Amino acid sequence: MDFSIAAILAQDGITSGAIYALLALALVLVFSVTRIIFIPQGEFVAFGALSLAAIQSGKFPHSASLLLAFGLLCMGKEVVTQLRSKQPLNVKSLALSAGKLLLFPLAVWILARNVAVQEWSLFAQVLLALAIVVPMGPMIYRLAYQPLAEASTLVLLIVSVGVHFALTGMGLVMFGAEGSRTTAFSDARFELGAMQISGQSLVVIAVSALLIAALYFYFERSLSGKALRATAVNRLGAQLVGIGTIQAGRLAFTLAAAMGALCGVLIAPMTTVYYDGGFLIGLKGFVGAIVGGLVSYPVAAAGALLVGLLESYSSYWASAYKEVIVFTLIIPVLLWRSLSSKHTDEDEE
Amino acid sequence: MKQLLTKGIKHGKWVLLALVLLFPLVPVPEFWITLANYIGLYAIVALGLVLLTGVGGMTSFGQAAFVGLGAYSTAYLSTALGYSPWLGLLAGLALTMAAALAIGLITMRLSGHYLPLGTIAWGLSLFFLFGNLEFLGKYDGLNGIPPIDIAGFKLDTGRSMFGLIWVILLLSIVAMQNLLQSRPGRAIRALKGGGVMAEAMGVNTARMKVIIFVIAAMLASVSGWLYAHMQRAVNPTPFGLNQGIEYLFMAVVGGAGHVWGALLGSALLTLLKDKLQSILPTLLGANGNFEVIVFGVLLVLLLQRARDGVWPYLASFSKRLFAKWLPEDKGIQVAADAAILPVRAKPAVDTVILEIDKARKQFGGLVAVNDMQFTVSAGQIVGLIGPNGAGKSTMFNLVTGVLPLTSGAVRFYRDGKLQDIANLPSREIVKLGIGRSFQHVRLLASMTVLENVAIGAHLRTKGGDVMEVIASILRRDGKVENSLLAEAKRQLERVGLAHLMNEEAGSLALGQQRILEIARALCCDPSLLLLDEPAAGLRFKEKQELAGLLRKLRAEGMSILLVEHDMDFVMNLTDQLVVMEFGTKIAEGLPQEVQQNPAVLEAYLGGID
Repeated sequence: MDFSIAAILAQDGITSGAIYALLALALVLVFSVTRIIFIPQGEFVAFGALSLAAIQSGKFPHSASLLLAFGLLCMGKEVVTQLRSKQPLNVKSLALSAGKLLLFPLAVWILARNVAVQEWSLFAQVLLALAIVVPMGPMIYRLAYQPLAEASTLVLLIVSVGVHFALTGMGLVMFGAEGSRTTAFSDARFELGAMQISGQSLVVIAVSALLIAALYFYFERSLSGKALRATAVNRLGAQLVGIGTIQAGRLAFTLAAAMGALCGVLIAPMTTVYYDGGFLIGLKGFVGAIVGGLVSYPVAAAGALLVGLLESYSSYWASAYKEVIVFTLIIPVLLWRSLSSKHTDEDEE
Repeated sequence: MKQLLTKGIKHGKWVLLALVLLFPLVPVPEFWITLANYIGLYAIVALGLVLLTGVGGMTSFGQAAFVGLGAYSTAYLSTALGYSPWLGLLAGLALTMAAALAIGLITMRLSGHYLPLGTIAWGLSLFFLFGNLEFLGKYDGLNGIPPIDIAGFKLDTGRSMFGLIWVILLLSIVAMQNLLQSRPGRAIRALKGGGVMAEAMGVNTARMKVIIFVIAAMLASVSGWLYAHMQRAVNPTPFGLNQGIEYLFMAVVGGAGHVWGALLGSALLTLLKDKLQSILPTLLGANGNFEVIVFGVLLVLLLQRARDGVWPYLASFSKRLFAKWLPEDKGIQVAADAAILPVRAKPAVDTVILEIDKARKQFGGLVAVNDMQFTVSAGQIVGLIGPNGAGKSTMFNLVTGVLPLTSGAVRFYRDGKLQDIANLPSREIVKLGIGRSFQHVRLLASMTVLENVAIGAHLRTKGGDVMEVIASILRRDGKVENSLLAEAKRQLERVGLAHLMNEEAGSLALGQQRILEIARALCCDPSLLLLDEPAAGLRFKEKQELAGLLRKLRAEGMSILLVEHDMDFVMNLTDQLVVMEFGTKIAEGLPQEVQQNPAVLEAYLGGID
C-alpha cells in the first residue's frame, strides 16, 4: 500500500466514521434519556435515503403513507386516553394533537403525491424527505415505547428488536427489494498534494461536525437540552422538578430520527441503500456507542470514527471479512469495559 | 373413563412421549412432519432461552449463531473428513462450549444490556464468517451431509428424523425441569432478583450465569446438529441474526418463564409463519419475508399487554378445565428420613465474635461510616440504632461484603482467632458463618416459601457447581435435595411459618416476609446473624413472637447484630447498644445507660437550646 491508497482509505474511513459518529450520538442520546437501546435507528437511515431517492426519481414516496398511518394510530391512542381519563375533555390539546398527528402528515402526503417535487431543488427535496421521516420518531415512541416507559432495559431492548423487525418489513413493502442511489450534493473535487478529496465527503464531514457542535450547544446552553440531560442523570429526580419524562423521550426520539434520516440522506449519493441496509449501518454506530459505554458523547464519537477507519482499511486487506472484523471489535471493547468497571449496578433488573 | 383420564394425566410425560413417537407412523401428510420437525428443532433452542432469559434474566439474540456452530461442525467433519455424525455432535458441542464460555466470561460481569448487544455483534460476525470461509463453502454452504446412523438404522427421511428430534426435545424439557427444582436451579432462579441476595446466600452468581449461558448455547448446538443431518445441507442463512431474534421471540411468545412455553412458542410461531408466508405475498402482490412485520408488531403488543407470554393463560385455563381429573397438588414433599445437615460449632459465650475496627466508608466526599468501632460477643444481641441516614445499613453492607471498606478493618472469629474479613465478597463471608436479612425484603415472589428458605441452605452441601448441575439434571441429587428441603422446613418450623411453606412467597404479608428472611438466614447455619429492621411492619403480637425467637436463638449460642427503629423492642431485647449519628458512634453501652445518655437524647429529640 502506498501513501495515496492509504490517504484514500483514510478519507473513506473518516467519511463513514462521521456518519457512524452521528448515529452513535443519537443512540447515546436515546439510551441515556429513555434507557431504550434504539435498534431501529438504522431503519430511519434507510427510510431517509430511500424517500429521497423516490422523490428524485419521480416516484411517490410510500413512506408518506406510513407517516399518515402512524399519525392516525397515535391520534386514536390520544383520543382513547382522553376519553378514559376522568378529567373533562381537553379540546385545546386534542386540537393541537390533531394538527401534529393528522394535518401535518396529510399535508406532507398531498405535497408528495400531487406536487411535482421531482423538479424541486435538492435542498427542498431533502427537507421534504426529512419532513416525512422525522415525525415517525416520536410517533413510534408513542406507539411502542411509551406504554412501557417503566419497564426494564431488557424488555425495552426486546421491544426495540420488535420495532426493528416491523419497520424493516414495512421498508420492503414501501420501497421494494431494489436498492437506490441519489444525486450527489457536490461533484467538486479538490486536489490536496497527491490526494483527491471529493466534495461529497467534505459535505458529509462538514454536516456531521456542524451537527455535533449544534448538539453540544443544545445540551450545554439551552433549557430543553439541560432538561434532557437531567432526565438522563435521574428520571425520578427530573420528574420531581417538573420535567416531563415523556416529553423528554419524545424529544430524544425526534432528534434521533432526524439524525438517522439525515445520515441516510448523506450516504445515499455514495452507496446504494437497500430497505434493510440501514440496520448494519446503525449497528456500526452502535459499536462506536458501546466504546463510549453508551453514556459518553465524545468517546462514542471517537469510537465511531475508529470503526469507520477500521472498516475502510480492512476492506482493503480482507474485504470479505470486513464485517467480521468490525463486529468482532466489540468483544475486546467489552472485555476492556468489563475489566475497567468496578461494580455492576446490582439493583437494575 | 374418569380413572383412565386421571391416570393419563398423572403419567402425562409417558403418554406424551408415546403419542409423539406414534405420530410419524400415522399416515399424515409429509408436510406436517416437516413442520413438526422444525417446531421440535426450534423448541430445543427456545428451551435454552427459557433458562437464560425467562429464568436467569439474561437476553441473547445470538442463539442462531450457536445453532450454526453445531451445524457447521458436523457438516464439515462428516463431508470433508468423512467422520461419523456422532463425532460431529461431540465436536460441535465442544466448540460451542468453548465459544460460549469465552463470550460468557467477557460479558457476564457487565450490566444487563451489554450481553444482548454483545450477542448481536457476535451473531452477525459469525454469520459473515460462515459466509466467507472457503472451507465452509462460503455462502453456498456444504452439501451431501450423510444421515445419522443409529445402530445400522439410517435416519434419512423426515419421518425417521422426527422421532430423534422429539425424543431429544422431551428429554431436554425433563432435564430442564429437573435442573430448576434443585439446589443449583434455585440459585439460577435467584439470579433474576438481582445478584445481591443470591451472593449473600453464597451463590457465585457470575459463575452461575456463565453456566446457564453455556447450557443454552449447547442446546442450540444440538439443534444445529439435528438440523444439518435433517436437511443434509447447510448454508449461512438460517444462522443469521434474524433467526436469532426469532428464537428469542418464540420464547417470549410462549412464556419465557416456563419450560413448556418454549414448545408452545415455537409451535405458534412456526405455524403462524407458514400461514403468513402463503397469505402475505398474495395480499401485497410481491415476494419477500413480510411476516416480519406481523412478528414485530405482535412482539411489541405482547410485551405491552402480556409480558409472560401465552403459556400461563393456557395453563390456568386447562387447569380449570381438567380440575376434576387432576391429582391434588400436594406441593413439594419433604422426606421425613432426610439426613440432617451438619451444624457449625459456635464459639464459646463471651468470646468476641465480631470486631469493627475504625471502619470507614466514603462515597466521594460523603463519609457514610466514620471510623466506627465496636464489638459483638458470642451469645449476645447487640442493637445498632440511630436516626434515619445515620449509616446503619451501610455499616451492615460493610460487614457483609456488599460494599468495600475505604479504610479500617472488620474482624470475625474463626479458627480460634479474629481474622480480617473486609474486602471478601459476600459469598465468602456467608461461608464463614454470617447470615443476614435485608432492610427491603429480597424474596423471589413466584417461588414457594420453602424454596425461598432453601436458597439460604445453598452452602450447606459441598459440591462443584458444574457437577451439581449435571447431577440434578440426571436426578442423582435426591439425598442432597431431601436434606436441604428438610433443613428449610426445620427453620420454617423454628420461626413459625411452617404452615405456609407451599404458598408463593409474594403472597405473604410484609411481616411474614421479614420472618421468612430470618428463616432463610438461619438456613445459612450462621454463628452471627445480622438483621436489618426485622420488626418493621410487624404487629404487636408478632413482635413479641419475634423477640421470643431471638431470645431462644441467643440461648442456643447465636450472636445477633440488629438494626431496629422500634425502641421498646430494642430496649427489652438487646444486651448492648451502639448508637450512630452521621456515620459516627455517639454512644455505646447497656440499653438503660444509653437511654440516659445526653448525646443520644439530643440526636433523637433535638437539643434544648
